[in-house]
Amino acid sequence: MKLTNLLTSAAVALGLAAGAAMADTTKVGFVYVGPVGDGGWTYEHDQGRKAVEAEFGDKVETVYVENVAEGPDAERVMTQMALEGADLIFTTSFGYMDPTINVAKKFPNVKFEHATGYKRSDNVSTYSARFYEGRAVQGTIAGHMTESNIIGYIGSYPIPEVIRGINSAYIHAKKVNPNVEFKIVWAFTWFDPAKEADAAKVLIEQGADVILQHTDSTAPQAAAQAAGNVITFGQASDMSEYAPKPRVSSIIDDWAPYYIARTKAVIDGTWESKDTWDGIGAGMVGIGEISDAVPADVKAAALAIKDSLADGSYHAFTGPIKKQDGSDWLAEGETADDGTLAGMNFYVEGLEGDIPQ
Amino acid sequence: MDLSAINPVLLIASLMVAATPLLLAAIGELVVEKSGVLNLGVEGMMIVGAIAGFATAVESGSPLLGFIAAAIAGAALSILFAILTQFAQANQVASGLSLTLFGLGLSALMGQSYVGIKPPQMGDIHIPVLSDLPVVGPILFGHDIILYFGIALTAAVWWVLKYSRIGLVLRAVGENHDAAHALGYKVIKIRLLAIMFGGACAGLGGAYISLIRVPQWTEGMTAGIGWIALALVVFASWKPWRALLGAYLFGGVTVVQLNLQAAGVAIPVEYLAMSPYLITILVLVILSADKSSAPASLGRNFHASR
Repeated sequence: MKLTNLLTSAAVALGLAAGAAMADTTKVGFVYVGPVGDGGWTYEHDQGRKAVEAEFGDKVETVYVENVAEGPDAERVMTQMALEGADLIFTTSFGYMDPTINVAKKFPNVKFEHATGYKRSDNVSTYSARFYEGRAVQGTIAGHMTESNIIGYIGSYPIPEVIRGINSAYIHAKKVNPNVEFKIVWAFTWFDPAKEADAAKVLIEQGADVILQHTDSTAPQAAAQAAGNVITFGQASDMSEYAPKPRVSSIIDDWAPYYIARTKAVIDGTWESKDTWDGIGAGMVGIGEISDAVPADVKAAALAIKDSLADGSYHAFTGPIKKQDGSDWLAEGETADDGTLAGMNFYVEGLEGDIPQ
Repeated sequence: MDLSAINPVLLIASLMVAATPLLLAAIGELVVEKSGVLNLGVEGMMIVGAIAGFATAVESGSPLLGFIAAAIAGAALSILFAILTQFAQANQVASGLSLTLFGLGLSALMGQSYVGIKPPQMGDIHIPVLSDLPVVGPILFGHDIILYFGIALTAAVWWVLKYSRIGLVLRAVGENHDAAHALGYKVIKIRLLAIMFGGACAGLGGAYISLIRVPQWTEGMTAGIGWIALALVVFASWKPWRALLGAYLFGGVTVVQLNLQAAGVAIPVEYLAMSPYLITILVLVILSADKSSAPASLGRNFHASR
């Protein structure tokens, strides 16, 4: 009993001391699903973190933990960050959703920001980018460029974000090339270069000459380069080390403005829970430079789509669109509402195979 | 579903690539176990070989130098195991497990600055005429040199164990180290060499993943291949050709299940993903029904005074 008392008071004392020391700097924590050097998803979040440091200098202190597995481990890492005095914590993967909510309950004074999820509370905001807008541009290029009419798609997990990307890419590839066919392999990982490379090789062996990936490493790019006449797109980051071929363009996530704005809100005391979902127009989704491997007319078509998405004159999911089972989804001219998109769990008509449950 | 999309020639060619890391590690471990030592550190030695080979290849620009460095690194790590078990008489199971944990940590540390870098490419060999033959060309004559080395090593290990004097001595040490010692063979020295051979093979297998199969470095990229290799040795009843069969079977099912998925076969992905493990174990269990038993001194420490 005595020992427990002693430990408790020691812990309280330490906590007070730490609290006092931290009072004038704002501490911002980041939880990453991959390594900061993945060249993709986590890399871009870390660029955002660096932008926050550059913007506020001494006024903020940032900490990050990389390679955090989705699940109980994430909860441990977040708890640790909150205990160490973080004021704002960004949790940057879909699988951190429930852990974030759980930890946020225990630390009502700490603000949490969860990327790509849909569960919010008083101190948990969510934010995401409309990657599917970028997929529309990719689909347009892919549909024009494919000669075998087979496009390979490496999916990570069957969650709405990934399914939206597949649907958007398919709709726009189909629009410019009615014969196009999608082959989809689920890797069940965000980052495993060996698995991603295997998946890319298999798709190429089955005739795909365009590979789209929703996983974070550059391994599929390397596999495409080795295979020769295959094109790819950078995912989450520019992956320009594989340009001009195989990588002909990319979707780039630019989190920096958002991270700076939210950190500023915490410093000013104006932070409140909300949901942010921005696309090309707001600059959260960027389209990497379209390389010279793409013919000029295809490039122009892709840029036209990009511009119309950016100024809001076109929505990536505009009817008529049917679901895979043939039932009607969107009528002529109708656009998808955010609620349906956020929970999208069906393929559109024309895609083959089932979504793993 | 469109099974005709699967090209059997390319399938066989890529299953050979997928199987090679496993084969190299399993052959090394087979020799170690034949000498009566159980080294559970295969995974650790593989991953250290993977990063050592990757780093050397990136720095020197030569993949071949990378493979040599990987073999040396794997052997060096295995010496640690040898010192613990052969000289300090530590428990082999515990030492092997700690070797794996140590290797995973060490490789993560060594690899800090190598994440996301492109290694130099190892070209496939190209024999005029032969490599251009339909069907057999891509399967037999269009791979990288390490893949052939793996097959040659299997043949060499089989021949040495079965027909040579060295093999006989190695097996004697593994079956009954006291008798071998009584005959004047240096049990510790022979086991030390076998352990180092196993380490070098595991290192090569690891480097094959980081330099050819992926090619890239990430933490924990061997992803359990070392453990599969250990299981493979047991299920292959300590016979080199069966280890080869098992490795190709495992590599084959791994590639086939991805192919089936891409072809849109209506089997849930989860079943496809577990199929390599299930099928390999099942086939080898059936094969090992002939009661070939483990080396009699496997896992037992030797001390000359006893």
